[in-house]
Amino acid sequence: MSVNLTIGKAINAGLRRAMEADPKVLVMGEDVGKLGGVFRVTDQLYKDFGADRVIDTPLAESGIVGTAIGLAMRGYRPVCEIQFDGFFFPATNQTFTQLAKLRRRSAGALGMPVVLRIPYGGGIGAVEHHSESPEAYFAHTAGLRVITVANAVDAYWMIQQAIASPDPVVFFEPKRRYYDKADVDTDAALESAYPMGAARVARPGTDVTLLAYGPMVKTALQAAEADDDHSIEVIDLRSISPVDYDTVTESVRRTGRLVITHEAPVSGGVGAEIAARVTESCFYHLEAPVIRVGAFDTPYPQSRLEEHYLPDLDRVLDGVDRAFAF
Amino acid sequence: MSDNTAHDEPELVQLLTPEGELRHHPDYPLDLGAEEVRGLYRDLVLVRRVDTEAVALQRQGELGLWASLLGQEAAQIGSARALRPQDMAFPSYREHGVAWVRGVDPRELLGMFRGVTNGGWDPAEHGLHLYTIVIGSQTLHATGYAMGVQRDGATGGDDGTAVIVYFGDGATSQGDTNEAFNFAAVNNAPVVFFCQNNQWAISEPLERQSRVPLYRRAAGFGFPGVRVDGNDVFASLAVTRRALQHAREGQGPMLIEAFTYRMGAHTTNDDPTRYRVAAELEEWKRKDPILRLRAYMAANGVADDDFFAAVDAEADKLGERVRIECRALPDPDPLDIFHEVYAEPHAQLDLQRAEFADYLASFEDAGAEGGR
Repeated sequence: MSVNLTIGKAINAGLRRAMEADPKVLVMGEDVGKLGGVFRVTDQLYKDFGADRVIDTPLAESGIVGTAIGLAMRGYRPVCEIQFDGFFFPATNQTFTQLAKLRRRSAGALGMPVVLRIPYGGGIGAVEHHSESPEAYFAHTAGLRVITVANAVDAYWMIQQAIASPDPVVFFEPKRRYYDKADVDTDAALESAYPMGAARVARPGTDVTLLAYGPMVKTALQAAEADDDHSIEVIDLRSISPVDYDTVTESVRRTGRLVITHEAPVSGGVGAEIAARVTESCFYHLEAPVIRVGAFDTPYPQSRLEEHYLPDLDRVLDGVDRAFAF
Repeated sequence: MSDNTAHDEPELVQLLTPEGELRHHPDYPLDLGAEEVRGLYRDLVLVRRVDTEAVALQRQGELGLWASLLGQEAAQIGSARALRPQDMAFPSYREHGVAWVRGVDPRELLGMFRGVTNGGWDPAEHGLHLYTIVIGSQTLHATGYAMGVQRDGATGGDDGTAVIVYFGDGATSQGDTNEAFNFAAVNNAPVVFFCQNNQWAISEPLERQSRVPLYRRAAGFGFPGVRVDGNDVFASLAVTRRALQHAREGQGPMLIEAFTYRMGAHTTNDDPTRYRVAAELEEWKRKDPILRLRAYMAANGVADDDFFAAVDAEADKLGERVRIECRALPDPDPLDIFHEVYAEPHAQLDLQRAEFADYLASFEDAGAEGGR
């Protein structure tokens, strides 16, 4: 059955299916119960699965992740909602020193099938700490898998793949795209879904590879559509750790140019790492240096300035032009 | 200025005085047979010997570090002997006595401090989670685990499962510990918070951590707290047994403050002479957990000289085994660096592993060719 779903509704449907399939799957976080989460991503789950499986926690992010670790030790598969990107940081210790390391510390005796759902990114006119893109911190931490979605189809399948993963998965949700819709075949088998760790060519092209993930995929597709001078190939990265370099380098070897865009600041960002790797592995194929188009190295600004701060279609096209200036 | 610390002297649950006299407490009855008492004495002596050997092994360069439990044997043995097989314990990093009771061989502990493992044992096999070094983090793991026990329907009767988590006085300042108290309280989770107040968090005395006696913190979170003489193995056992029973029957969390003293340095890297006076140590020596139990046993005919000599001989043998096995612990293979970081393949890491393996192999090739 094909259903037209928003990204938010698709995650909700994916959560529901995972909870139906496995009684060990729990949802926990702030306001995830009766309210259904501040973005309604857990809507109706409390009613159908009860308070033991949809847990309204105290307002303490470290407590959410720390108790999720304990629940995982007891055989559960907790899916934690961190209400906003900027509220994650109190949970940094539990995530980085414990969740990410326990499998290795226990020589494999302890699995940590925990999912952290984090709505991230700007563009919604929010107050401070509600618009950030902290994915690079997670990608830098061994033991975590980091993924993000750009459309409802991936949202539906990747949340289920994240829950099924024996490794801890950080699942970034592009909050300004929550209401973007797509047709989702909700009857297909989970095993037949596109792999969680793989990138995908979202729009084929021949002149330049434009790599984006999460909320910037839509912007990248719009840029490709708008550019009459160049055939832009858009890659939706989907997985930030690991990165699917096979797909990326295959594309770059064909096009000879790479532009990477993300909402996060460019310095020390995911784009910087990919640029370094691609430079190493595609050196003789590159016609130009790898170009990054991201945010400035400042704190996220007040929302009246965010349209200048976030890379938009024009800044992305400016980056494409720079790639052809060599 | 008002003095918030001015409280009545807190009651200390004590069943065995420092002189070895048995006292009865109406809330914490304890009926132990002679065999059980001798077992507790043996535990105390043997874990102290393991600890003494480990400190010596660190001094000889065989261990990178050791965190001594000297002085805290009764709090650990008493509380851990209250556990049942189905229970789960979450230690900090000084709980060698708890590990002993849970059947973790001293060799496994030494492996971590020697640097050949990061943990060493299977937590499920022993009902003992790995040592946790970041202070207070394990309090939340224990609380989450207890929430899982609730969801399994494993509480509510005499055969229910209970969880205990060990931490120190310093950990009570951590946000995680306070969040754990609160999560446990609002969920009525079956977890016992066992705080060994050994008076010192490295160089910081208790008054740098708290203006109130630690066990009173529980009241603010809505569950019972009790202070027990942590150098009294009987009281530690009786109080913990009752708290675990409270938890396993589904009555929720309890906080136990085991009032004890860290007789040694924080770790082998520490020098306590820089921050505390010898007189304090002398005062606590008179409260030694082993001496008081031995005095009680001797005075009440629970054991004779032959028994004490046999335990000492067993300790000598154990010490020798610890020394031999520690020195024999092999260094891990270099490629162990990549072991169990992820459960499933991770392309970048797998590539790094392959490249490092090739790099290592290149030296073997060079050797085969007669190179340097």
